[in-house]
Amino acid sequence: MKKILIKGNEAIAEAAIQAGCKLFFGYPITPSTEIVEYLSKHLPKAGGTVLQGEDEVASIYMCYGAAATGTRVMTATSSPGFSLKQEGMSYLAAAELPVVVVNVNRAGPGLGGLGPAQSDYFQCTKGGGHGDYRAIVLAPSKSQELYDFTMEAFDLADKYRNPVLILADGFLGQMMEPVEIKERVVKELPPQDWILDGCKGREKRKIASYSLTNEVGEANCLRWQAKYDKITEQEQRWEEFYTEDAEYLLVGYGTCGRIGKSVVLNARKQGIKLGLIRPITLWPFPVKAFVPYRDTIKGIVTVELNAGQMIEDVKLAVECKMPVHLYSRQGGMMPGENEILEFAVKAFDLSVAEEVNVDGKNI
Amino acid sequence: MEKIFKRTTGLTGVPFHYCPGCTHGIIHRIIGEVMEELNIIEDTIGVAPVGCAGFCLDMFSCDFVGAAHGRAQAVATGVKRAKPDKIVFTYQGDGDIAAIGMAHAIHVAARGEKITTIMVNNAVFGMTGGQMAPTTLSGQKTTTSPYGRDCTFNGQPIDLPQTIATLPGAVYVASVSVDTPKNIFAAKKAIKRAFQVQQLGLGFAFVSVLSTCPTNWGLSPVDSLKWLQEKMMPAYQMGELKVPEEVKAL
Repeated sequence: MKKILIKGNEAIAEAAIQAGCKLFFGYPITPSTEIVEYLSKHLPKAGGTVLQGEDEVASIYMCYGAAATGTRVMTATSSPGFSLKQEGMSYLAAAELPVVVVNVNRAGPGLGGLGPAQSDYFQCTKGGGHGDYRAIVLAPSKSQELYDFTMEAFDLADKYRNPVLILADGFLGQMMEPVEIKERVVKELPPQDWILDGCKGREKRKIASYSLTNEVGEANCLRWQAKYDKITEQEQRWEEFYTEDAEYLLVGYGTCGRIGKSVVLNARKQGIKLGLIRPITLWPFPVKAFVPYRDTIKGIVTVELNAGQMIEDVKLAVECKMPVHLYSRQGGMMPGENEILEFAVKAFDLSVAEEVNVDGKNI
Repeated sequence: MEKIFKRTTGLTGVPFHYCPGCTHGIIHRIIGEVMEELNIIEDTIGVAPVGCAGFCLDMFSCDFVGAAHGRAQAVATGVKRAKPDKIVFTYQGDGDIAAIGMAHAIHVAARGEKITTIMVNNAVFGMTGGQMAPTTLSGQKTTTSPYGRDCTFNGQPIDLPQTIATLPGAVYVASVSVDTPKNIFAAKKAIKRAFQVQQLGLGFAFVSVLSTCPTNWGLSPVDSLKWLQEKMMPAYQMGELKVPEEVKAL
């Protein structure tokens, strides 16, 4: 296994190649464009095809068509482009087609800005498109995870016949870090007994998302929800950092989860028992991570690059048993570790602890 | 007794749900027969639209995938790029392809996407109850042009085959009708060629088929055919607009 210095977006693209992705349909948009560029250069050499669609809508439906043949396929975009793909996300979920979709979140709303933001949390985790559907959402916090999670996304998509989202941001997508290029570990996946590849020697198959008979419609909805329940039970993922003895928790994903670790270490130097829960799956939200702490934690600060979106899921996860505050930066701005700690100290009235530890020693 | 005519194996036998006097059934049968004659049923993947033909995926004997409204050609592109050795076709109404799907209509032609598209043009949105489409004729009354299409307000109808024929990637383009037995034979020849073009890998093949919509036109099936002949056929350029030499030779 080799370790190379690579841009976050390129790590996603290389992971797709290694994962056996054979088709990529995309449309350029900053800050995710390096994905289509890297794949245009390298995927054909690996026996794959990259086609630049006429728009984001075409690209997601090209993925829909390719996925219907049982071929591993991916698209990548950024926030305004992801909005355009929402109709397709709903259709992919309804037709139960495995597609990996990358959203390198830029600051919104509207055309917004290019800086790191997490303002698409609701859109990515709560549906976005029409209807009661869910997409699995993975939130990497460093280049190695962009690589690892992208590889895994293809397996999850195939395992559950469901679209899987990689939700990153401009900071993660544009940053260069060393990444270990791992080879695909082929996992046992369900048989592809549903794909369209010509009906030679078998009954014809069809893939469709409609049901104009209400009884059939309800049966479909119940089947989809049963699948989502199964995913919720089996696939919640998170990372914990200094949570064992924590009195207070930070909660942040992606870039914020990464910064949160420094905040926790700094807090500990000042005698504050702060821990971190970093959600890795945003849907299903890792409720299980919070269950052991519902009765022991005194307060929580969610750190988000939006006006406060994940905080709703955190409050539900802890059943509002303790105060949950939001520290947020928006519009492409990132919080420094000191300002987060200062906010937490103020929010939980920990100023005494801070004063007795001005030299930074542990108590 | 010798059997001299039978139902095509290109159709499943699922009863058509179309209104009396609608020509979707004829066009379905033509495609079924063409797939049977070219022996491609087991190699074909069809893409269904949203609209009256949205249920056609039950009616053809080949594999089928249902697309979102207007997106059939993007879906077909994905299927074809994944399985270049398969025959891929879209079956779409004029509202589906010429309104919401227009970007894809232009770009599959521009790319010379090796798929076949059959557009059924009845000059209205049929499934939703007869609204104005980009193909609605000047002065034609629909539920959203109740005083007749005003071309100074809504623009002139789009003659999609003419537009598509300007793009080099579209190698076979035809505009046909199924209003008479003679024209049905001509339509079948055109549709067959549109599939042969794909078999030969020459580029994008497009056939527009003029169709009736007695229900939404408010006419009897017989009067609908007359209206198609008197109003629609003069408004659209008819016949084969583009034929590659390789197909002429077949």
